Amino acid sequence: MGFYTSPSFFMASAFLVVPAAVLGLTGRSMRAYGMTASCLMMALLFTGNPQGLAALGVFLTIASLGAYAVHRSWCTEGGAKSLAVYRAALLSTIVPLVIYKVGAVFDRDLLGFIGISYITFKAVQVLIEMRDGLIERMDPLDYLYFLTFFATFTSGPIDRSRRFVEDIHAPRPRSDYADLLTRGVMMMFAGAAMQLVLATIARGFYDASCAPAGTLTLDALTMPVACREVLRAYGYAAYLFFDFAGYSLMAMGLGRCFGIAVPANFRAPYIAVDIKDFWNRWHITLSTWLRDFVFMRFVRMATKRKLFSSRLQTACAAYMVDMALMGAWHGLTVDYLAYGIYHGVLLAVTEVYQKRSSFHKRHRKEGWYKVASWFVTLQLVVLGFALFSGQVSGLIAAALG
Amino acid sequence: MAMDKNEIESRVLEMLEEICDDEAVREERDVDLFEAGLLDSLAAIEVLVGIEENFGVEIAPTAVERKEMNTVNKIIEQIAVRL
Repeated sequence: MGFYTSPSFFMASAFLVVPAAVLGLTGRSMRAYGMTASCLMMALLFTGNPQGLAALGVFLTIASLGAYAVHRSWCTEGGAKSLAVYRAALLSTIVPLVIYKVGAVFDRDLLGFIGISYITFKAVQVLIEMRDGLIERMDPLDYLYFLTFFATFTSGPIDRSRRFVEDIHAPRPRSDYADLLTRGVMMMFAGAAMQLVLATIARGFYDASCAPAGTLTLDALTMPVACREVLRAYGYAAYLFFDFAGYSLMAMGLGRCFGIAVPANFRAPYIAVDIKDFWNRWHITLSTWLRDFVFMRFVRMATKRKLFSSRLQTACAAYMVDMALMGAWHGLTVDYLAYGIYHGVLLAVTEVYQKRSSFHKRHRKEGWYKVASWFVTLQLVVLGFALFSGQVSGLIAAALG
Repeated sequence: MAMDKNEIESRVLEMLEEICDDEAVREERDVDLFEAGLLDSLAAIEVLVGIEENFGVEIAPTAVERKEMNTVNKIIEQIAVRL
């Protein structure tokens, strides 16, 4: 059963939301029921896919053992606070994802299962925050519920464990839940409209083979090849936003029905006035995860060891590491890696420009400057998605014959 | 470690003056350093590293939200509660 795509998913979800709503509206805890419903949906997700289920089992075993070991060493009285334990746990939690991504390069499906990319981030966050002393205790069932909560399992948003656990334990007055439920249901409908209507039309525009009857397609327009390619890139950018933002809204909405205020993933990304602003608006839970656990840690490490001579150099290096990893996380293909490196370079150049340019400092608050900056940013973003989608590499391959 | 508020304060101000490269940090203790353009997210990490080196207090990047550490007085407070 495909999550958020097959009709059976929506029917099963609607069916499972009813008892959740009854519990919430009578002021009772939804934790135990939510766990049960989540297990049921996971069973449906992996029906007919024993290999994926086994891979999920392997992952959960490794991640749980790692979390247990780190908890014992770092969060209990008299624990050894062993860096070796922490590093071993971190490494073994990441290994299945790395094996899976490398396997995919050679067309092998090793240890992979739907959602592995997202669950790995969540498991790693728990380990890092245990070491940091931010997570002192974590109930094993809460931990498993956090990792496998069905609404966000396949494609995020990437929630944070402390927030999630607080949500499932916080006593929620009836009226608060009613409010959450109402907003959740509205988000589900808005998200469905975005994904099923707007994304479908946008996709049909640049890919006539999936165009619904009566909608505008690129093929119906006569124009030079270059214009066609530019419009194709815009069509893809529109599709990607409506599809992913629509999905994310539905996941946020479904989460809310179960009393979990899943964080937002998008905030009008195409009105961003620079690339840094764009990453605060696009796939927010991914970019903030990378900011907190890669970018900031890298800057901290580089500052402590004085790896670079200036703050600006440190920042540029950190942006490159951050975004290269983001690209690799999407997949170890030329297109994804190029996409990551492209955004790393853009962020580094933006940082240098904003810090060094007196022109920028003089005009940054003026209207015309913001409009110009927004326009340039949008073009750079669309070009980035043309790298991501393989359009650019396709054109290069065609040009080279 | 016994360290009174005044001592923390003077060391914090010295550290912030160096990181922000601006004496203005000494003037107003409750002004939002990010809004005033004295700190950005990168400088904020340098503040965390500086706190660790000066006071031996480790504050993880996700431990405190920006609004809990955006003024001189709040930074002093965050150090004081951890000493």
